[in-house]
Amino acid sequence: MPPIIHVDDLVKTFDKLTAVDHVSFDVEAGAIFGFLGPNGAGKSTTIKMLATLLKPTSGRATLAGFDVATQPTDVRRAIGIVFQDQSLDIRLTADENLKFHAMLYGVPRDVFKARADQVLKMVDLLDRRGSIVITYSGGMKRRLEIARGLLHHPKVLFLDEPTLGLDVQTRNAIWQHVKRLRDEAGITVFMTTHYMDEAEVCDTIAIIDHGKIQAIDTPAALKRQLGGDKVIVSGDAALATDLAAKYQVDVQPVGGEFHFQMASGAEFIPRLMTDFGGRIKSVQVKQPSLEDVFLKLTGHGIRPEEGSTMDMMRQGIQLWRGGRR
Amino acid sequence: MMQALTVIYTIWLRECTIFTREKVRVIAGIGQPLIYLAVLGNGLGAGARLTAAGHIDYIKYMYPGVIGMSILFTSIFSALSIIWDREFGFLKEVLVAPVPRWGVAIGKSLGGATVSMVQAIILILIAPIMGISLTVMMVLKLVMLAFLMSFAVTSLGVVIASRMQSMQSFQMVMNFMIMPLYFLSGAMFPMTSAPMWMKAMMTFDPLVYGVDAIRNVVFSDTMITGANGARESLAVVAHNAGLLRWSLSYDVTLMTLTAVVLTAAGAWSFSKTQAA
Repeated sequence: MPPIIHVDDLVKTFDKLTAVDHVSFDVEAGAIFGFLGPNGAGKSTTIKMLATLLKPTSGRATLAGFDVATQPTDVRRAIGIVFQDQSLDIRLTADENLKFHAMLYGVPRDVFKARADQVLKMVDLLDRRGSIVITYSGGMKRRLEIARGLLHHPKVLFLDEPTLGLDVQTRNAIWQHVKRLRDEAGITVFMTTHYMDEAEVCDTIAIIDHGKIQAIDTPAALKRQLGGDKVIVSGDAALATDLAAKYQVDVQPVGGEFHFQMASGAEFIPRLMTDFGGRIKSVQVKQPSLEDVFLKLTGHGIRPEEGSTMDMMRQGIQLWRGGRR
Repeated sequence: MMQALTVIYTIWLRECTIFTREKVRVIAGIGQPLIYLAVLGNGLGAGARLTAAGHIDYIKYMYPGVIGMSILFTSIFSALSIIWDREFGFLKEVLVAPVPRWGVAIGKSLGGATVSMVQAIILILIAPIMGISLTVMMVLKLVMLAFLMSFAVTSLGVVIASRMQSMQSFQMVMNFMIMPLYFLSGAMFPMTSAPMWMKAMMTFDPLVYGVDAIRNVVFSDTMITGANGARESLAVVAHNAGLLRWSLSYDVTLMTLTAVVLTAAGAWSFSKTQAA
């Protein structure tokens, strides 16, 4: 089966800034594919190009066999998209938002009724379907957007930071939906995130930084790349050099502790205790996280999220509009 | 083509749904012209003397003007709601949909025109209070004029809104574009009494023809008592006094041309707009 998304040497520049820098990758149909990277890494820009909202500067991308630059209407019909910031009509009810979406996407009226029930049930909003969206909480709006994105049965669902700013409970609920969608409806999910734990859900992860893809693989394989588990030892100061000499490992001192990688870390502990028993105060063995992978590949951690001035303004306006009612 | 009709209908339906929900907008859309009429109409009327037409009250002159005002403001707000949609994200939902964008622009203009028509009907119902005879024909003609004028103005608004990224520019547009368009439309004072330079500017204000058309229609069926005590047609007296400048067919022709040009410009601008 050919890949559902094929990206070949894609570039997007804004004036002097290169947001997406010669990116190539494939996404297999039915997979959950994740873009992991800090803010400004080029995740959203790539999604916007794949969703035909931005024209690529150079390079080519196809989605479901259609070229995103020259066949935008065909591509748009094949995708559903949940944007980073909400795109609901907050003055309409959930039902009306779905109805207008169905009309724009040519979902026949007799099919619409059943589908609306189905997607609203999935995101647990059936009892609030008649309420105006302005009365919804952030999590409910997100869920409604996901429901709307699925209404026309897209082949690919784009989720741009789908759980940004949501509480843990809602985040988990959304991830359950996404996994179920993949299993039941067989749709491909293309998501971006900068939460490491969320990236674990993906079948394949592309780590992106400064517009370039640093690595693409399954989460397990990415972590294997690091060379096993992380062993954290504390004890006397000379341990660093002695450990490095004895086991031929790269020891990093972190806040008075020593970190190094070791294949099957748990089985290594008895040996460590025999060799250095008296000098060690504590030992920890950790599975490597994607955070470690990211750190190793890019040389820095994921930068923390900052609210943009635009977000603040939007919030201000929303408050004002809310108060007017 | 079927798809284009569907998107036009969808956007129109959305506009109408929102309109029925925003009671404040309806009240503002009808209340503002009424306040102008009550305050300015009576206030200025006391001081203003309409040359050579002393027996036409100022308020009668102004009444068709405020109907034009209601159409102008309702239409422009309707179009500028695109900026709201951009700010609140809904515009992206529309731009990413597999539909022709020009259809969205037309749907928007149709929505604005529908709302304007409803408000114009409400405003024409107070005609008897102004001493104007109300006939069914007059209401029908007015509805069509409201539609035409609003379609043109909404399209103009779509051109502006397609380029505007934020609400900040909104006040600029209101102060430097919409208010002058209104003041120069002949709604408040007749072109005849305006100085030369202003007359020249007024000729290029497409609303002049809209307001003149509305006045033609509103004045058409009313008889007033002339200076010599004889019954005369309000339209004829106004025409002779220069308060009505052109014939209805001339006004409508120019409005239609304007509407066609602006609709094309609106559809084109909107199809070029960025989601941002």
